[in-house]
Amino acid sequence: MRAQVSEPPPAATARTSGSPIAFANRLSDLRWRPAELAFWAAAAAVFFVLPGQLVLASQIAITGLFALSLDLILGYAGVVSLGHAAMFGGGAYTAGLLANHGWDEPISGLIAAAAAGALIAFGTSFLALRGGDLTRLMVTLGLGLMMYELANQAAPVTGGVDGLSDMTVGKLFGVFTFDLGGRTAYAYSLVVTFGVFCLCRRVVRSPFGLSLRGIRDQPVRMSAIGTPVRRRLTAVYTLAGAIAGMAGALLAQTTQFVGLEVLGFSRSADLLIMLVLGGTGFLYGGLAGAAVFMVAQHLLSGMNPVYWQFWLGLLLVLAVFFAPGGITGAIAARWQKGGRR
Amino acid sequence: MPGSLPGVLFDGVAYGSLLFLMSVGLSVTMGMMNFINLAHGAFAMAGGYVCALGMERLGIPFLATLPLSFLCGAALGAVLERTLYRPLYRRGPLDQVLFSLGLTLMAVAATTWFFGPGQRPVRLPSFLLGQLHLPGLDLGVYRLFLIAVVAAITVALVALLRGTRFGARIRASVDDARTSAGLGIDVHRVFALTFILGSGLAALGGALSIDVLGLDPTFPLKYLVYFLLVVVVGGAGTIAGPLAASMVLGVFDVAGKYYVPEAGAFVIYGLMVALLLLFPGGLRRLAR
Repeated sequence: MRAQVSEPPPAATARTSGSPIAFANRLSDLRWRPAELAFWAAAAAVFFVLPGQLVLASQIAITGLFALSLDLILGYAGVVSLGHAAMFGGGAYTAGLLANHGWDEPISGLIAAAAAGALIAFGTSFLALRGGDLTRLMVTLGLGLMMYELANQAAPVTGGVDGLSDMTVGKLFGVFTFDLGGRTAYAYSLVVTFGVFCLCRRVVRSPFGLSLRGIRDQPVRMSAIGTPVRRRLTAVYTLAGAIAGMAGALLAQTTQFVGLEVLGFSRSADLLIMLVLGGTGFLYGGLAGAAVFMVAQHLLSGMNPVYWQFWLGLLLVLAVFFAPGGITGAIAARWQKGGRR
Repeated sequence: MPGSLPGVLFDGVAYGSLLFLMSVGLSVTMGMMNFINLAHGAFAMAGGYVCALGMERLGIPFLATLPLSFLCGAALGAVLERTLYRPLYRRGPLDQVLFSLGLTLMAVAATTWFFGPGQRPVRLPSFLLGQLHLPGLDLGVYRLFLIAVVAAITVALVALLRGTRFGARIRASVDDARTSAGLGIDVHRVFALTFILGSGLAALGGALSIDVLGLDPTFPLKYLVYFLLVVVVGGAGTIAGPLAASMVLGVFDVAGKYYVPEAGAFVIYGLMVALLLLFPGGLRRLAR
């Protein structure tokens, strides 16, 4: 810890230092790079190329959105969390309960879920943002487990262990039914994810986003130059909560089911794992990590769930030792070393 | 109502003793190296399996499996500390969390693979079974035994920390690792020995806890929260802090289960949040 404060990691120095002009350019540089366009074009192409895998693809898009939300607080603001499923589950139950009680219009359900996620995040931010990394890990873990218990105990409302199964979601825009093949589900999830991604991309390159990175690297210095550290963190935590709530709502609406596992510890832990494997502080890291993780889980857990857990653990240990920046970080490092423009 | 107030207190103290035994090593190593080790429960589980399998397959008596568990846990700790943990001391907390989480997942999966997913019961010797009848109070003999063992170990640990040169080195390293290294203390060696001792104690705790907490491959994940709670609430790096925290958590958990079973795990999480709000630096600050 102390070593980090006195000398930030080389990657961070390289990214944030430089001439003022380069800095100002970074701030306003919102142009889409070819690689980014290719990424989203590929995601859209899945709809036409792999019509048999759209259910899995929509799950990936939803999990990617969820990972994006964690990346905002972890990758940009440096807030570790082991309880991010609290907001995800809050959103899922909000959308599910609305649909269950006759309000089956999906878009308004999505907005309500975002509001619920933001509310949970804002309410818990006073606890979750206290103290150092260890305290934060513990408090977020505790809050996540409390939400799980709450949903479990409130069985008359949430259905407890059985979940909300008899929910029906109306047609999207009154036109598109959520079909079993997942066509509507994938298009809907991908469009929402893309929209939120654009918003996040704008946010992290705004002065607000830069101040978050400053808080991540040098919290004491940032408060010394007058940044309201606490308020900024609360703001980004609330924003991340809203996005997580939307991801939860997407899952609830596209699968037409909400179970207790939307709040489970393994959802938070898996999320952290896929984000870190993908690479933090990059926005695409969470999306790539979610895609790799879910495809691997799909293939490996088909054999035996226990195997999958073992390989996942091994992958984590290996990644910590050999690829500290995640998959995208390792590729980016290779790329920068090889052909620097 | 199944338990009177003294009975609940007694069970809570017994439960707290187990928590203390399993998390004291974690507390000291965390205080010394700031290493967040989520895999600590895996050492406890290893001890539990040594005990259960030693009795079941090799016919070793229960009391003899306890030192064996301690030794196996310590040996496992020694190997892992040297090969895997040491390179990660200087990494950030996130890397440490991910690494130890990965290790835990591997331990859970490997244990399921080798020994099956079911519960491992243990047959206690007859002199540890039954109840001690006092006027108005029934005490489980095994719980009395637990409290006695943990009390003895605590006294030994305090004597080690307060009375020996090695203990002085541990205390110096916890207070300021860099200055201690400058004074010629081999902090890495001290840490390695502490880690080994802590792993051994966790394994012993795992063996002793089978009858109270049960034992199955998900043990490290199931009780992870409790170990971390003890360390965070008690404050890392001491013995008194985790001891106080374990007792408070143990008593409240048992009392919550007796008196308000419908609240479930809320009691313990609510307590954690309240304690963290009241004492952000852990209970250790209170003692000073």
